[in-house]
Amino acid sequence: MYPREFDYVAPSSLDEALEALGDDSKVMAGGMSLLPLMKMRLFSPAVVVDIGRIGGLDTIEESNGDIVIGALVRHATTATSPLVAQVATGLATAASLTGDVQVRNRGTTCGSLAHADVAADQPAAALALGATMVAQSSEGTREIAASDFFVDALTSALQPNEILTSIRVPKHQAGEGSAYDKLGRRGGRSDYAIAGAAAWVKMEGGSVADARVALTGVGTKASLANAVADAVIGTDGSEQAVKDAAARATEDVTIIEDLYGTEEYKTHLAKVYAARALSQAIANAS
Amino acid sequence: MTVNGQEVTADVEPRTLLVHFLRENLRLTGTHVGCETGYCGACTIHVDGQPVKSCTMLAAQADGASVTTIEGLAQNGELHPVQEGFWERHGLQCGFCTPGMIMSAAALLAENDNPSEDQIRHGIEGNLCRCTGYHNIVRAVEYAGAKVRGEEPPAPDWEGAS
Ligand SMILES: Cc1cc2nc3c(=O)[nH]c(=O)nc-3n(C[C@H](O)[C@H](O)[C@H](O)COP(=O)(O)OP(=O)(O)OC[C@H]3O[C@@H](n4cnc5c(N)ncnc54)[C@H](O)[C@@H]3O)c2cc1C
Ligand code: FES
Ligand code: FES
Repeated sequence: MYPREFDYVAPSSLDEALEALGDDSKVMAGGMSLLPLMKMRLFSPAVVVDIGRIGGLDTIEESNGDIVIGALVRHATTATSPLVAQVATGLATAASLTGDVQVRNRGTTCGSLAHADVAADQPAAALALGATMVAQSSEGTREIAASDFFVDALTSALQPNEILTSIRVPKHQAGEGSAYDKLGRRGGRSDYAIAGAAAWVKMEGGSVADARVALTGVGTKASLANAVADAVIGTDGSEQAVKDAAARATEDVTIIEDLYGTEEYKTHLAKVYAARALSQAIANAS
Repeated sequence: MTVNGQEVTADVEPRTLLVHFLRENLRLTGTHVGCETGYCGACTIHVDGQPVKSCTMLAAQADGASVTTIEGLAQNGELHPVQEGFWERHGLQCGFCTPGMIMSAAALLAENDNPSEDQIRHGIEGNLCRCTGYHNIVRAVEYAGAKVRGEEPPAPDWEGAS
């Protein structure tokens, strides 16, 4: 099925792309979410600004204590980069579980965050790992904390005239670790998350000194489950401590029933996956 | 863009999907369209060597790229090992999913010519088949892997069955 007609621009520089953005335009990166929506005519922008030909956006770099993932870094690259696996483990795992091989070859990590699907994988990892979004418009550049970025279903804090040029993810330091796990709609870990959780922990002297846990798939957006983090901090991170903390998974999150599960089922899954992600993050930290 | 080794040039409407460009402009109808959502994988082709879904890409996005479709897989009249595997191990029934399935499997073997059954199933996760139950597809890819490695393919499942 064809999308409705639109004007297509594929600028070779960021400045030109920013200039081409207007009220009825859309940025296209990998097109893995935008094109299906346009084909089903759920969405028909007048102008599509394809950022795929802009140079210099497809790199993963280290900068001080962060890794910087550019707007054109594909899921497949995030998933297989040894650097990301080592210093931002949960994000690499979330990227490796995004869609299928073909989708990972085209879709981008930044695109997944900008799209802000309620059941997407990488937004949860970005929240748990404390990522910062770098957004550029013709007026300048601003940084948005992950915790302020996911506003509602399919709604991020980005303005229509902004491009998410990169994200910065703090590198794991000694004693830190992260993880992501999910139950996919097609069973196992396949497809969007019916429920998914990402966790980041900092271990010190055998106990949990700091933690962040985020959920996806169960509410109207990916969000932090602060009660779980608060409950696990100060404990020894044992199986029991993790389980007790994860029991509070839905205190900060409004669980929404959808085609894939009732509220009761999703509440159960939120706790199960919060515990799994947390245990794995603790294991990865040592 | 280059399609199966041949340079092609055309002016198309921005909304032309790559799969429609291949099927309708170039008459390469081996690449199938099986869905509207990007899930079925029947339209899988290689763009610059990587498997992608040509229904979820604009023709314009492939400007300058090197595209391989199922028609470009056989070389000098010789079937690609994956095509031979599907033939020898009965990896298809209706055949609708087959071109996409073969393109995904060929890409998988180009990266890893000795994948485990798990890796094969993961590698074709983006391709749906409504007929075979996937069993013989996995056997077909195992056959092809052996061929690529220059080994004797495993005997078919039905051999020795009563
Ligand atoms: C078959 C299939 C299965 C999938 N399964 C999963 C899954 O299991 N888990 C999952 O999380 N996702 C899944 N997805 C979605 C996929 O991951 C998309 O790749 C991703 O959501 C969007 O990235 P993209 O680069 O393709 O963005 P696009 O589709 O190009 O854009 C998506 C949206 O984000 C905006 N956008 C993109 N990049 C930028 C930027 N740099 N700056 C500003 N705005 C931007 C666009 O304007 C658009 O609104 C699946 C998609 C398909 C087709
Ligand atoms: S036609 Fe179904 S994924 Fe392309
Ligand atoms: S052989 Fe019929 S869909 Fe796969």
